[in-house]
Amino acid sequence: MKAMTHPLTHLVNLSAPLNLEQYSELGGYQGAKTALVEHSPNEVLEIVKASNLKGRGGAGFPTGMKWSFVPNFEANDPRVQDNKYLVCNADEMEPGTFKDRLLLEGVPHQLIEAMIIAAYTIGANKAYIFLRGEYHLAAKRIQKAIDQAYQANWLGTDIQHTGFHLELYLHTSAGRYICGEETALINALEGKRANPRAKPPFPQVAGLFGKPTIVNNVETLCNLPHILKNGVNWFKEVSPNSDAGTKIYGACGRVKNPGLWELPMGATIGQVLNDHAGGMSDGLKLKGLLPGGASTDFLMPEHLDVPMDYDSIAKAGSRLGTGGLIVLDDQNCPVAMVLNLLQFFAQESCGWCTPCRDGTPWAVEILTRIENGQGSIEDIDALLNLCDFMWIGKTHCALAPGAVEPLKSALKYFNDDFMQHIEQGCCPYHRGH
Amino acid sequence: MNIIKTIAPHPSDYLTATELAEIDHEVSIMETREAAGIEALKVVQDHRGWVSDDSLLAIAQYLKMSTAELEGVATFYNLIYRQQVGQFVIHICDSISCHLNGFPVVLSAIKKHLNIEYGQTTADGLFTLLSNVCLGGCDKAPVMMIGKNHYEHLTAESAIAAIEQLKKSVNDVEGVSP
Repeated sequence: MKAMTHPLTHLVNLSAPLNLEQYSELGGYQGAKTALVEHSPNEVLEIVKASNLKGRGGAGFPTGMKWSFVPNFEANDPRVQDNKYLVCNADEMEPGTFKDRLLLEGVPHQLIEAMIIAAYTIGANKAYIFLRGEYHLAAKRIQKAIDQAYQANWLGTDIQHTGFHLELYLHTSAGRYICGEETALINALEGKRANPRAKPPFPQVAGLFGKPTIVNNVETLCNLPHILKNGVNWFKEVSPNSDAGTKIYGACGRVKNPGLWELPMGATIGQVLNDHAGGMSDGLKLKGLLPGGASTDFLMPEHLDVPMDYDSIAKAGSRLGTGGLIVLDDQNCPVAMVLNLLQFFAQESCGWCTPCRDGTPWAVEILTRIENGQGSIEDIDALLNLCDFMWIGKTHCALAPGAVEPLKSALKYFNDDFMQHIEQGCCPYHRGH
Repeated sequence: MNIIKTIAPHPSDYLTATELAEIDHEVSIMETREAAGIEALKVVQDHRGWVSDDSLLAIAQYLKMSTAELEGVATFYNLIYRQQVGQFVIHICDSISCHLNGFPVVLSAIKKHLNIEYGQTTADGLFTLLSNVCLGGCDKAPVMMIGKNHYEHLTAESAIAAIEQLKKSVNDVEGVSP
């Protein structure tokens, strides 16, 4: 049954998403009902912890553990009156990533149901969906679903006579990739410039408007109704390995059938690329790929058997990230690809810290020189130095290290291509340009 | 460079009742007035096409925040236009999947057809061309967004056809009303 093997996507309908009534008839809101009626918030927390659900937004942090950092104030503590907030990170802007869009446009009620469960668990009475500004269709559909949920008493006061109260608002953003970083997102939601905040304090303790806040990715949240409805054992058994559940994998670039597929967590790169994306387009060969968005390290054709779960991809030298393959073929120039990626990071740097603000444009300058055939062997050393200066621990947030990942791995795997640019004084892929 | 005037118009004289009502709604769902700043900028932009100095001053005053602070916010976000733009703003995706799928060909065709570069507006005031980071249409690359619509699987020809279609829709409307 599709509901058990493809929990997140089996109700997706992109041309006409299910309204509340249709969604409920097909088992929707059962997970929220189970949580609110049968369990205390602490019990739901234990269920989510036991499920081993990990964040699907890129970092892979265990969701239950993240939630457990939200303080539970004693009844006599004045802070018990304070708001807590749940925020859904729907600011999908990682290049090569389009999975959340499918869930937002295709089955909006699933996200609302999920947010009811999450808010109930952490004790939040206010929740926001932070949606990127360019997803206009998603905004329209989510707002419609929110309105229906209020009418049906799945949002608002005394939800389904359980005494739980939740206000859910849609906030549409005004651009900038950095808003996806959770503390930058919180600043953006407060109407400020989206510079990431220093941590600690972590948002779980002091987040939106200084109050305890949980920020979860769309896909992460959408797992919750199914875990509550079908149980922890089911969730663990869906996946053949220790990373439980399913994952929405994607593939883009010049492959035969680019798209998205919900598969058991741990499907191999080769399965996604060859079985689902249909392999490379005619006449093209696989040169390399980024396994989970722009800010992950390149992997190579010899990695096709690597399972796309958090540990296996890490062992192969990259990150699962968002699970969307960006596939490089043998007729696209790897230097030009890395240049495009670094242009993205340089443009989207918030400018707060020097290694990122100065380092990413510097890398762009050097890569442009190499791509145009004016590079020197010293430029390779300069790039490697930059990779060191922009690495974790030297920057304010993860943006610059995210830029280093494709750059450093490209220097390792495509060294021959870089050298050819330098030695031949032109791009071997665009000879004569 | 724009020079911000020091004497602001009174917000209720400058902003329309509809704009004020929409901004009030955004204020009502936030803990602080300035938290509604981004949405307020977007509200005014939706009605007027862009955010002028006068709009910025009026919004800042209405939200009881400093103009400099709101200007800092307005200039941070790429979907807020602080300069006058054309009736249709073309946001063409220049990120990696579109790059791998030949977006430069589409871009040059649009530039040539409209005779503008990035950041410029056509002489008839209809089109402004801007780049945009990944639009989340990577499986349908190359893509662009004009207004609230996304255009997918672009070729040089289909991009120009989409632009011509919009031009025609404007001319048709103008033809009907005297």
